[in-house]
Amino acid sequence: MNLTTSIIGIAAYLILAPIAGGLLAGIDRKISARMQGRFGPPILQPFYDFFKLLEKEPITVNRVQDFYVMCFFIFIVITGCLFFAGGDLLLIIFSLTLASIFLVIAAFSSNSPYAQIGAERELLQMMAYEPMVLITAVGFYILNGSFNISDIVSSQVMGIQYLPGIFIGFVYILTIKLRKSPFDLSMSHHGHQELVKGLTTEFSGKTMAVIEIAHWYENIFLLGFVYLFFANSLAWSPVLAVVVCLATYFLEILIDNSYARMKWQFAINASWIVAITFGFVNLLVLYFIS
Amino acid sequence: MSTIIFLILFPFAVALALLVLKTDAARDMIVKVASIVIAAASVYLAVQYFGSGGEYFDFESETITYLMIGIETLLGVMIFYLGIKYKKYVASILAAIQTPVMLFFELGIGHSIHAANNLYVDRLSIVMVLIIGIIGTLICWYSIGYMKDFHHHHHEEPDRRPRFFFLLFLFLSAMFGIVVSNNLLWLYFFWEITTVCSFFLIGFTKTPEAIKNSFRALVFNMLGALGFTLAIVILGKYYGIMELNQLLAMGAMGVSVVLPVALLAFAGITKAAQMPFNSWLLGAMVAPTPTSALLHSSTMVKAGVFLIVKLSPVLGWNLAGVMVMLVGGITFLMASFAAISQSNAKRVLAYSTVANLGLIVACGGIGTYAAVWAAIMLIIFHAVTKSLLFLCVGTAEHNIGSRDIEDMDGLFGRMPKLATFMIVGIAGMFLAPFGMLISKWAAMKAFIDSGNVLLVMMIIFGSAATLFYWTKWLGKMVAIMAKQENIQQNVHKEEWLVLTSLTVLTVVICLVFPVMSSFLVVPYLETIYSSVATLALSSGNMYIMSAMLALVVLLPLLFYGKTSKRIVPIYLAGANLGDDLTFRGSMDKEVSVSLKNWYMDDYFAEKRMNLIGVIATVVVLVTVFSILLGGVL
Repeated sequence: MNLTTSIIGIAAYLILAPIAGGLLAGIDRKISARMQGRFGPPILQPFYDFFKLLEKEPITVNRVQDFYVMCFFIFIVITGCLFFAGGDLLLIIFSLTLASIFLVIAAFSSNSPYAQIGAERELLQMMAYEPMVLITAVGFYILNGSFNISDIVSSQVMGIQYLPGIFIGFVYILTIKLRKSPFDLSMSHHGHQELVKGLTTEFSGKTMAVIEIAHWYENIFLLGFVYLFFANSLAWSPVLAVVVCLATYFLEILIDNSYARMKWQFAINASWIVAITFGFVNLLVLYFIS
Repeated sequence: MSTIIFLILFPFAVALALLVLKTDAARDMIVKVASIVIAAASVYLAVQYFGSGGEYFDFESETITYLMIGIETLLGVMIFYLGIKYKKYVASILAAIQTPVMLFFELGIGHSIHAANNLYVDRLSIVMVLIIGIIGTLICWYSIGYMKDFHHHHHEEPDRRPRFFFLLFLFLSAMFGIVVSNNLLWLYFFWEITTVCSFFLIGFTKTPEAIKNSFRALVFNMLGALGFTLAIVILGKYYGIMELNQLLAMGAMGVSVVLPVALLAFAGITKAAQMPFNSWLLGAMVAPTPTSALLHSSTMVKAGVFLIVKLSPVLGWNLAGVMVMLVGGITFLMASFAAISQSNAKRVLAYSTVANLGLIVACGGIGTYAAVWAAIMLIIFHAVTKSLLFLCVGTAEHNIGSRDIEDMDGLFGRMPKLATFMIVGIAGMFLAPFGMLISKWAAMKAFIDSGNVLLVMMIIFGSAATLFYWTKWLGKMVAIMAKQENIQQNVHKEEWLVLTSLTVLTVVICLVFPVMSSFLVVPYLETIYSSVATLALSSGNMYIMSAMLALVVLLPLLFYGKTSKRIVPIYLAGANLGDDLTFRGSMDKEVSVSLKNWYMDDYFAEKRMNLIGVIATVVVLVTVFSILLGGVL
């Protein structure tokens, strides 16, 4: 990938990702509603909510929280830009970690009990998914000899053929990253749970709107990871990859609606066991055949 | 060459002066002047030998040899006596084995082997000299104020500060000796001095706990020294060499040097506090905080990893190399897990040190170009950041009366400057775009390229744990609590000066690391490895990292703490009474809020993590040495 395509990738991501992410959230809510036998909100509801949040009275609990949330947003966008510019996978993962830490720090800074419980749970979730995310990067590297996304998508081989275990493992932890039940521990908005909003308890108005849009940006590039497993130098592979991304997202909605939330112990046990069985075994096989 | 001699002898002379002079004014003066002189001399040495690919000096003298033998024997006798006095007979037994063996060897076979070059300087030495000379002296400078407070807090006890400063400077002298000695007998001599220095520093307060821990450190390090002794005897008797560069040259030519190298690496492992010996470093925190800072950042443990990095060209995929990489990997993983369960700030730092040293040791074990690059970078970044964090904790402890992270609630309100320094330090330890993460990134890539999947898994899971324990501490630091009284005006100005310097250094070193890499580390590696591989970080990624660093520094400067919004109370489980710390609960009772971190004892209980780590590493060590010795017998 050269500079021009990188710039096009970044520009497209900056403009289209929030639109696609918002639409995805709207579709998600619609499908979820139908699964639960409700009619559901209009597809554009997430955008209406977003604009409504912008009009709320500007209040905050301290002087620094908004700063951390802004950093969270900036680094999520940077992470996505690095991804769509065809950058280094490990760099992208580290940048994503930095962004997530800013969100956790924002919650910690309020010194509010609910926000702190959410923050600790968010950290636990990060510890749960981080190994599998890194294993995914390692898998792509062994397969393609490069961490660069531009090399991965122009490779001769299709990732899924050699990385089926890692794909399963990644989709598993994607449930955590997309904040879906049974792993929506840290900031679930469902009223029937013991911790409602958690991490985001002390955010409101514009700050909350920034978090929403950051999540739209984030979700799009998380699906980008799924895309990597199917995209290669073949012309039709991007189409297949996008279809699989949508199917994966639908699967996550299905899981979200069919499972009650689990305890945090289950989240970490299950994620690490999946990382070791599917991820590690896949890596071993990969080393063996390469 | 005279600069090298100066760097070894000058701190020693200062140490003697500090032992004799008892007044505060004289001590302050001497420590300050000496620190500046030593730091300047280190920089001068770096400039002097900057362009050279490594220079060797014969510097032969019968007198020095006999002097060293004499001092070693005296130290042996002293340890034997102290072991009996405090009923720690293992130390006495080890001294009784080691000292005569060494004496017999040095006067016998060792005497007949001619060492052509006793001293040397190459770029790795320069890196180490700069770390010792700058970080080490900053810690000495910090100690001036800290030890006044310490003496004040423990005024019922005799003033042992002369001895304390004597040991600090002696330590620096011995460390300089270690990184420039080519003759293994010299290296061993300085190695022993650091062991004895740390023994006395750990036992400084003379409480029963301190004495117990100091003997543990002594015994473990003497076990390592026993390995060192055996390596020297084997090298002298069967290979007829006494010099480090000859050992490396032999290995490069294909002569099997696995056994002596494994023994030397074993010595490095004990000194670098790797499992199963990590408990000595954890025990070392009974000493005054500057001691911990010194042991963890620029001296002692860094001597251990220095030796392993030095040996790395002859490690790799042989038994010695596999032993080193497995011990390092297991230690990194288990120590990172154990750190999660700790609430004592110094213990968190100690486990983090053990873990990071594990990473360095594992890199040294792999021994490839990229792995050693990562190892040296880790040594540099770790020295700066860890000394900053230890000294921050030391200052916090003297001002809030606790070193427990749970007691650092609202530190941002009470000591904003200190909390900011700590935030920089913590972020520097594990976050992009700071140095430790860059090195860890390189290490991870080196692990993957080496084809050791097990090691890759260890670094991956260990990193996830690292993220958890640092961020929860960071969370405590950034928490804003209402109505906190600012108490930071009581901190000594020497402490501020050092903490500020180290904080600035933590950031600056990340900015200049590409320069350090291309002018110090890469040229060093080019003299060691014939083939120059590409580095983990392409120049493109380095630019992105630098841009991110600029952003992370600039954003807070521009926007931190600025808001036009109305500030409202936080949400509590009942009506907030207005101070954000108490609320009206059920039955109209006032309830105060207290927030605690997660420690996940069911998962990461310290004892269990240590047990697993110790068993695993003992199995590795015993297996490797059984095979190696089985081959000899």
